[in-house]
Amino acid sequence: MPLYLTDDQAMLRETARDFMAEQGAIRAQLRHWRDKGCKDGFGHGLWKQFAEMGFTGILVPEAEGGLGLGHVEAGIVLEEIGRNLTPSPFLVSAIAFVEGVKGGAAGERWLPGILSGDTVAAVAVDEGRKHRPEAIAMRAERSGNGFMLSGEKSFVVQGGSADVILVAARTGGASGETDGLTLFAVEKDASGLSAASERTLDSAMAARLRFDNVAVDADAVVGEVDQGWAVLTRLLGAGRAGAAAEMIGVASGAMDMTVDYLKQRTQFGVPVGSFQALQHRAAHLYGELEIARAATLKAQQLLDEGSDEAELMVSVAKAKAGQAARLAVQEGVQMHGGIGMTDEHDIGLYMKRDRALDELWGDANYHVDRVARLTGY
Amino acid sequence: MTDLESFRAETRAWLEANCPAEMRQPMRDESDACWGGRKPEYKSEAQKLWLERMATRGWTVPDWPAEYGGGGLSPAETKVVKQEMARIGARNPLMSFGISMLGPALLKYGNEAQKKRFLTEIARGEIRWCQGYSEPGAGSDLAGLQTSAEDRGDHFLVNGQKVWTSYADKADWIFCLVRTSKESKHNGISFLLFDMASPGVSTKPILLISGNSPFCETFFDDVQVPKDQLVGELNKGWDVAKYLLGHEREMISGMGLGQGRVTLGDKVKAALADDPLLRADVARFDVDALAFKAMSERFIDELKAGRAHPAQPSMMKYAGTELNKRRHELVMAAGGSAALEWESEASAGGKYAREWLRTKANSIEGGTSEVQLNIVAKRILALPGA
Repeated sequence: MPLYLTDDQAMLRETARDFMAEQGAIRAQLRHWRDKGCKDGFGHGLWKQFAEMGFTGILVPEAEGGLGLGHVEAGIVLEEIGRNLTPSPFLVSAIAFVEGVKGGAAGERWLPGILSGDTVAAVAVDEGRKHRPEAIAMRAERSGNGFMLSGEKSFVVQGGSADVILVAARTGGASGETDGLTLFAVEKDASGLSAASERTLDSAMAARLRFDNVAVDADAVVGEVDQGWAVLTRLLGAGRAGAAAEMIGVASGAMDMTVDYLKQRTQFGVPVGSFQALQHRAAHLYGELEIARAATLKAQQLLDEGSDEAELMVSVAKAKAGQAARLAVQEGVQMHGGIGMTDEHDIGLYMKRDRALDELWGDANYHVDRVARLTGY
Repeated sequence: MTDLESFRAETRAWLEANCPAEMRQPMRDESDACWGGRKPEYKSEAQKLWLERMATRGWTVPDWPAEYGGGGLSPAETKVVKQEMARIGARNPLMSFGISMLGPALLKYGNEAQKKRFLTEIARGEIRWCQGYSEPGAGSDLAGLQTSAEDRGDHFLVNGQKVWTSYADKADWIFCLVRTSKESKHNGISFLLFDMASPGVSTKPILLISGNSPFCETFFDDVQVPKDQLVGELNKGWDVAKYLLGHEREMISGMGLGQGRVTLGDKVKAALADDPLLRADVARFDVDALAFKAMSERFIDELKAGRAHPAQPSMMKYAGTELNKRRHELVMAAGGSAALEWESEASAGGKYAREWLRTKANSIEGGTSEVQLNIVAKRILALPGA
């Protein structure tokens, strides 16, 4: 398969690009909800529109009512989300959560709501400040016909707005081991579950969840008991590739804005973009972004093929997209000069969004280290 | 089975049967490459056999038309051949500036007689070519070249000097930029082909910091060149030159892939165990190398489909060569004091140090990194001229 979009995929990109530029634009969505102090950090109306467009069903198999498309298509939508900084539960709900529950009982229960845009889902993995999935300590003890969950989760994006949360907990093994993890789909009003939502720098909401002897039935288990690592790996693979794609969009948006600015802004009687000191940095950034884009598309294709190499390439993509996007937003603010430091200008919003996306499901350092481990050192 | 799948199966079977075991070992260094030519220097019978078998099949140039000695394969089939060769670690059967640089330019700008003659020779590895571009006074400002070709009725008379001519002392023919008019800088350049055995041609190897001499100074003293060896139109050679440079940059960018090794950490593991900072540097390199590999695949796919930006080779050349320089910095760091040895048998005659030094030319040859960034800034980002 050639490493560029097929005609169908290119059509989807046009659709997603037009839709997001109109409906998901910074002023209409991000600034609107931010300035209102919205408790969700996103608009449910737009989520409904995502569903009407079919976007929420991209990863849902046709047998379960979705479009049965793949990670390349998911990435196309995410890139446009990134370019417009559109606040949306799409990445967490329609990508990571869907990848985790599809094909099982939890899928039957929750996918119809995702498909219709009525349900928002979240994924609870991290417990500390950094993403360390093998270090999950939260306990799930067998109790009667089900399990009793106790512990805390951090950085649960949209956790306070979610109807259902996919929670990774330990039914066996010790912290640091991949065996003994189990995933549970927990409803938001479960007794003993409390959420403290905090606004993050990008105006999104992330929750700290506290599980105080939360009782769940056996049918809340997603996948097999003690074998949750496989499900977690799958959903994190989808989520990380998706986050990489969104960062490519963030970086593209920031770079386009910056290159336009270099052509418009005059100092010393000439456009500042005529200075070689800035041209070379802009050209370097262009290359880094192109390379990150290729790595991300490669990871998505490998995921769609079910290749053994997908895991490695997903980490390459998450790391490389993270580095390229970091460069794009840093150069973006610097090259805009003073105006780039103002809240009025959008470039700073890109810097904030990049920071959050890089941290999600492992920052660039985490994935660089993971590439080293996966290649044997 | 789709056509492409059965093609893959056939290709795999043919390579298994025909690629000698020795040609599946990685090359130790540049000297292990097979360059063909009038007086080919084969390092082994296997190397000779491998070239002959691949050339007979047209697979030294799988995507060139069969009538010019190529395999006549589609882009998708060509990709399959490359993938299947990589799968068994098959060496490139023929290193050739004819394949990577001159051939594509001839396919686009050559006349039928030139294509028939020169492309076929290139595909079979019968003629080894060198490139006459840079001059002492024309480096980054290549179009400022002064080597002249005077119209003498039935031939051109060439006088002047080229520099950084890779392997000129070993080459059979040269593709050469010459000045045929002083009226215009860019529109006074022509593209000539001629035999290095012509009277008046002489070469002098240049000793580099690596202690090796891959480049020469090349002198032309009243060299007569038949007129039918002009490629494209008179004074329009700059178009041919630029087109060829794109292919040269594409070739050089391949250095970023480290001759198929791509990642480094798995090869220098022992040096990383007690050196967390080096491990981190190497891991960052490996991420960039794997990402660049994906970019190379995308670039070739887009190129073959006519979707690549014409200036994209400049980005590739810049990224690939900077990556290769980084690779060799890390190889030296991992090697420690052993990598400093310059002549010892243990160091294979200073292989690591010499290769490391050689890579410093990567971001200079074929247009400096700074020139590539200028091109990307102007032609892709459309930033205003200074």
